[in-house]
Amino acid sequence: MSEKYVSLRNLTLSYGKTVAVPNLNLDVVEGELIALLGPSGCGKTTTMRAIAGLLTPTSGTIVIDGRDVTRVAANKRGIGLVFQSYALFPHLSAFENVAFGLRLQKMPETEIRQRTEAGIATVGLAGFEKRKPAEMSGGQQQRLALARSLVMEPKVLLLDEPLSNLDARLRLEMRTELQRVQKKTGVTMVFVTHDQSEALALADRIVLMKDGKIEQLGTPHQLYAEPATAFAAEFMGFENIFRVQGENLVSDFGQLPLGFKATSPMLAWRPSGVQVGQGPLSGRVSASSFAGGHREYVIDTALGQIKADAPIETLEVPLGENIAFDLPKSNARQLSA
Amino acid sequence: MKNLTSWAIIGLTLIFLIGPFIIIIFAGASAGESLAFPPDGLSLRWYLKVFTIESFRQSFVLSMGLAIFGTLAALLLGIPAAYALNRYELPGAETIRTVVASPIIVPGIIVGLALLRYMVIPLDVTVTVALFMAHTALVLPYAVRVVSSSLNNLRSDMEEAAVLLGCTRLQAFTKVVLPNIRGGVLAAFILGFVTSFNQVPVSLFLSGPGVRTLPIDMLAYMEITYDPSVAALSALLAFMSLAIVFIAERLLGFSRYV
Repeated sequence: MSEKYVSLRNLTLSYGKTVAVPNLNLDVVEGELIALLGPSGCGKTTTMRAIAGLLTPTSGTIVIDGRDVTRVAANKRGIGLVFQSYALFPHLSAFENVAFGLRLQKMPETEIRQRTEAGIATVGLAGFEKRKPAEMSGGQQQRLALARSLVMEPKVLLLDEPLSNLDARLRLEMRTELQRVQKKTGVTMVFVTHDQSEALALADRIVLMKDGKIEQLGTPHQLYAEPATAFAAEFMGFENIFRVQGENLVSDFGQLPLGFKATSPMLAWRPSGVQVGQGPLSGRVSASSFAGGHREYVIDTALGQIKADAPIETLEVPLGENIAFDLPKSNARQLSA
Repeated sequence: MKNLTSWAIIGLTLIFLIGPFIIIIFAGASAGESLAFPPDGLSLRWYLKVFTIESFRQSFVLSMGLAIFGTLAALLLGIPAAYALNRYELPGAETIRTVVASPIIVPGIIVGLALLRYMVIPLDVTVTVALFMAHTALVLPYAVRVVSSSLNNLRSDMEEAAVLLGCTRLQAFTKVVLPNIRGGVLAAFILGFVTSFNQVPVSLFLSGPGVRTLPIDMLAYMEITYDPSVAALSALLAFMSLAIVFIAERLLGFSRYV
């Protein structure tokens, strides 16, 4: 098992004169499921296309399984890509879609048949061999696209927003499916997503990207519990992020006294980390909605709006009334910037 | 009342569109000696005579050849052109599109004259070659347009998927792009064939002694002989066009592409 199965070294990627990714360094462990997470334009898709060979780097190297593939053509890299749109071949049956790559390798017909059928079975599509992609549901099309890449036994399987085109129920099903297939085949997977819940649920490690740079890299738990920067914190659901100035919390709107001594330049709280109903601070309720297990408040304060989730047992405060709250030290996440 | 008016309008439109065709069929089926409608009695003799006129046979073969090979040549040029215009951000793509379309925008008379004056005469090409080049140019706009519209419906990531499965760019084109634009290519061929076969103004300038396309030959024939055979031939050609379009529609839903 290689710690540097896929290795991106000083990788710079550009479109014309626009540099999308400047000087990226990243190691992917063999057999892991790693997520490139970030908002659109952060360079995650560009990075994925470069690994696939669909985009030639301006500089830097890409090493896969010990071999420098930076200048190797996309069709010779042995990398699979499941496109966001699936990119199935509409004129071919499900069977022929999966067999497509094997046929190019001029494999004996019996082996093609055997591997294709096994691939189709792996993704649970046995019995659908004769269907055309247009006659299959979105979820089935995705499984087919997955099978088409998997039968090639790629060194790395890239997935572009694998769950974004599916409805909520299928998304859950496909998530489990991807994890199962990965366990079964042991293939190294790199997937690109803008949805942090998708990354948290699916990935072994998450690469959070911003402006073509790695903002933070870690396990889902690390990123969720210990975001290092304001950007990472915001992505991980810390909705209340403020600067620290001496004894005070400061925003563009104003300031509030901080009840403890802070050592970091910024502090962040999740809505669930804000204590509601009692505390030294107060603000006016400007929005309030019932969310099942808790009540979501938006509180107008000197810092601007603060989002707070109150346990359902606490007394409901009507709109426009003042509400007491606290930003406790125990729930505060220290951020570098 | 409103209903009656709309039916009347539809009826008149149909008569206007189909009327000439019916007149031609019957004028050709005349038993008399001259072109007339209503015909002097009915007979199929003019329909049969058409096949015995040597110049018609020669010009039919020429027209067929021009339509088939001119359209094939136009597709050979047009498919790559449409592909490049669709897939790459070419500088001056709009200009290229306009230039490619110009043979159908500029009146045929002018195209014919220009080709004659500045290509056929200075280059001293044979009449057949001149006609072939002209017909290719005339069909090219249709080839590019129709193929373009089917390429538009084909997402480019399909080719990337093919490449990642091991295809070269060329294999991706032949194995994935071509099969999926087959309908458009066939539609372009039929449209091009019919356009070329029925083309008059350009061919008028380029036809030379002994080498005439069928429509030009029919015009020449009518100037000398005013018998119903031209009507009979016209009706036969109309049936041929109808049959082609009908088969195309049945096979691949031709009307989707045009």
